[in-house]
Amino acid sequence: MQPELTLGPNLFHWPAEDKRDFYFRIADESPVTNVYLGEVVCSKRTPFFDDIPIIDKVADRLARAGKRVVWSSLSEVVIRRERKLLEAWSRQEGRELEVNNTAALMALSGTPHRIGALMNVYNEATMDWLARRGATHFALLPELPRHVVAVLAETATRLDVGLEVQVFGRASLALSARCYHARAHGRTKDNCQFVCGEDADGMTLSTMEGRPFLAINGIQTLSHGYLDLMEDMADMAALGVTHFRVMPHSCDMVAVTCLYDAVLRGEIDAEEGGTELRALGIEAPFVNGFYRGRAGADWVPRQHAPA
Amino acid sequence: MTTPAPIKPELVCPAGTPAALRAAVDAGAENVYCGYQNATNARNFAGLNFTPDEMAQSIRYAHERGSKVLITLNTFPPAGKVDLWTDMADLSARLGADACIVADIAVADHIRRHHPQMRIHLSVQAAASSPEAIAWYVREFDVKRVVLPRIMTVSEIRGLVDEIPCEVETFIFGNHGLMVEGRCSLTAYVTGQSTNMDGACSPAACVAYEQQDDGSLATRLSGVMIDRFAAQETAGYPTICKGRYLAEARDGGYYAFEEPVSLNAATMLPELIRAGVHAFKIEGRQRSRAYVKKVVAAFREAVDTVMAGDEPKLADLVALTEGQKHTEGALKSKTWR
Amino acid sequence: MTTSQTDHPAADGARGPLPLLPPPPLFLLRPLLARIVRKVAARNPGMFARLGPHAGEHFLIDPVDMPFMLHLRPDPDALDFRAVGRRGAAPPHVARISGTFLNLFTLMDSEQDGDALFFSRDLVVTGDTEAVVCLRNALDDVEEPIAHTVAAMFGPPGRLALDLMRSAADTRRRREEAQP
Repeated sequence: MQPELTLGPNLFHWPAEDKRDFYFRIADESPVTNVYLGEVVCSKRTPFFDDIPIIDKVADRLARAGKRVVWSSLSEVVIRRERKLLEAWSRQEGRELEVNNTAALMALSGTPHRIGALMNVYNEATMDWLARRGATHFALLPELPRHVVAVLAETATRLDVGLEVQVFGRASLALSARCYHARAHGRTKDNCQFVCGEDADGMTLSTMEGRPFLAINGIQTLSHGYLDLMEDMADMAALGVTHFRVMPHSCDMVAVTCLYDAVLRGEIDAEEGGTELRALGIEAPFVNGFYRGRAGADWVPRQHAPA
Repeated sequence: MTTPAPIKPELVCPAGTPAALRAAVDAGAENVYCGYQNATNARNFAGLNFTPDEMAQSIRYAHERGSKVLITLNTFPPAGKVDLWTDMADLSARLGADACIVADIAVADHIRRHHPQMRIHLSVQAAASSPEAIAWYVREFDVKRVVLPRIMTVSEIRGLVDEIPCEVETFIFGNHGLMVEGRCSLTAYVTGQSTNMDGACSPAACVAYEQQDDGSLATRLSGVMIDRFAAQETAGYPTICKGRYLAEARDGGYYAFEEPVSLNAATMLPELIRAGVHAFKIEGRQRSRAYVKKVVAAFREAVDTVMAGDEPKLADLVALTEGQKHTEGALKSKTWR
Repeated sequence: MTTSQTDHPAADGARGPLPLLPPPPLFLLRPLLARIVRKVAARNPGMFARLGPHAGEHFLIDPVDMPFMLHLRPDPDALDFRAVGRRGAAPPHVARISGTFLNLFTLMDSEQDGDALFFSRDLVVTGDTEAVVCLRNALDDVEEPIAHTVAAMFGPPGRLALDLMRSAADTRRRREEAQP
């Protein structure tokens, strides 16, 4: 089975028009087969998604372009507003849903759904348990090393469920109830004035020595480095990984997805793909340490990777 | 459901060593929580935790004095290693532990199927922060008690107590994590050791204190500078979410996530009791037994005083933080967010 | 209070832990320390298991206000605890813990909460932080505080000295809390 390339949910707060144009372009020009839509990070950022005509237009255009549209849920669900949003989300009939908070399982257990990359699926027994209750597809946490992915891939193959690994973009490292974007600007979450919209790829935090370290995206903390597992896709496909996830950023995402697709199809080799990826002007280092069993912030060259 | 009649909350107290467990029991803890010397618990630190023999003796010590022992199996087994967690669950059942504090679905499922008499407490690491999430765990695994994430206000907790079909435990004192527990890979990003899989947040083996030429002290985690303290400043342990960083919107270093403060909900105690909370948790399995003894004794007296209808001496509880900065955290107001 | 560590910290005054006691000379200290460590080890055999792989390591304990340092190897098979002079090179060690005698004493006395000290600048840890954390955890899990064991070896004068040191530690804590 040919592995597929997917576009994960957009984690950032872009203006509604920018988002719309971004997805129109993906529909028209990107080779991804699955596109995840929906606000995952912050329940306050709803204009794009409240505006039903826009989001439906986007979904419609993606579907007409032959893409499979999946709807991702919020990741943090605490207050009444979030609970209501999640409840409405879980009642979307006829749509494929990706769960990012266990609260959604209350409604979806027993019906087909996907498990998102913000859910804690660390082992084969948990995967098996969830699959028996309707999970058809699992997107894995970025922190999993190869030996864990290998066992999960074997399990996914046995259970006949999809298995997806993020291969490009900043890795989600932490979630909080507190908004760190608002805090950086001396505001509270209730009074944030959507300041997170100023940073299309997150706000850089540097160490006191001036070394860029993390990226803040509202209540979410991301890696400063961009994951790049292009070199490992063939290995992962052999293990049984069925989908490779590219995360949206402000760089040229058509170019990024075309490169990953070309490597996945064997049209160019990973080395060439990696060189071209590095020529796109992304202003952050690439990292692959998690998958290679090291610190996530490391870049481990292939020859040093554990077999 | 109606608001429950005033319940006397149990104190749930930390023990990193058998000596600390005895100190907690002697000071009046109804519950003591502790773990084994491996990755199955979230304080997997060198020199800490219990051997199976120590656990057996400690459970006996606690039971003879009317206290319960809750075993922390609150990390997530990575694929291929689930057996270690299920073995520890089996051992806990054999030793007569009173409950297991669990985060992972596979571990909860194992206990439910093999040890139906064992109480399951849902760890804060499971990050169940809504009635729906908690109700789901109760329905699927017959969870008896949920440990709430440290992100809710008292009024939110009060609403929750009425809505969910299990006991509620809240943190009242100790280290105050900023990220949603169980959903944080910061340590793994820097050190390669995962908080969820290996049970270590900022492992000491990766920590270095570095005296600078100008008299300042830098703290590092695997080489990454987490903070730098001026000559007269009090230094802290390098935890990523308590570090100081630079951002374009700020002049100079700032605590991007939180000041290095600890949680002290002393002033909220009467309100939390009125909210119907079933158990109060004190953080600190990595702390000394003198700390355990002092904190447990103080909260023991405070809870007993409130239950007797009197005003507790809150000043004594506030003094426990020993001049360190402390906060009511999210409990008091949602402006914390 | 901050103790900034230097390589030659003894210069700022070699005083005893208490105003009334001068620091004992090294030749008197050596057999005394050997007795102390043997006694503590005999009373707390479980302590070594808790040290795990760190039991065989060498620690340097540096009371910066004393004329000597202490070398500790908490290995049950080759127990070693001795005072070393400040002249010449320090013996090899994986970690060094420096602080005033009173602060180091507080760390050894499990009746007192030394946690706040531990990661404050009152104690400076260099080298293998994990080994030091492990040692501290092992010292905390003893039946009777080590400070009691030691004090009891000296009868009533020992217990008096312990009381005095504890009250000195209390005074220091209160003074620190009074600071803004």
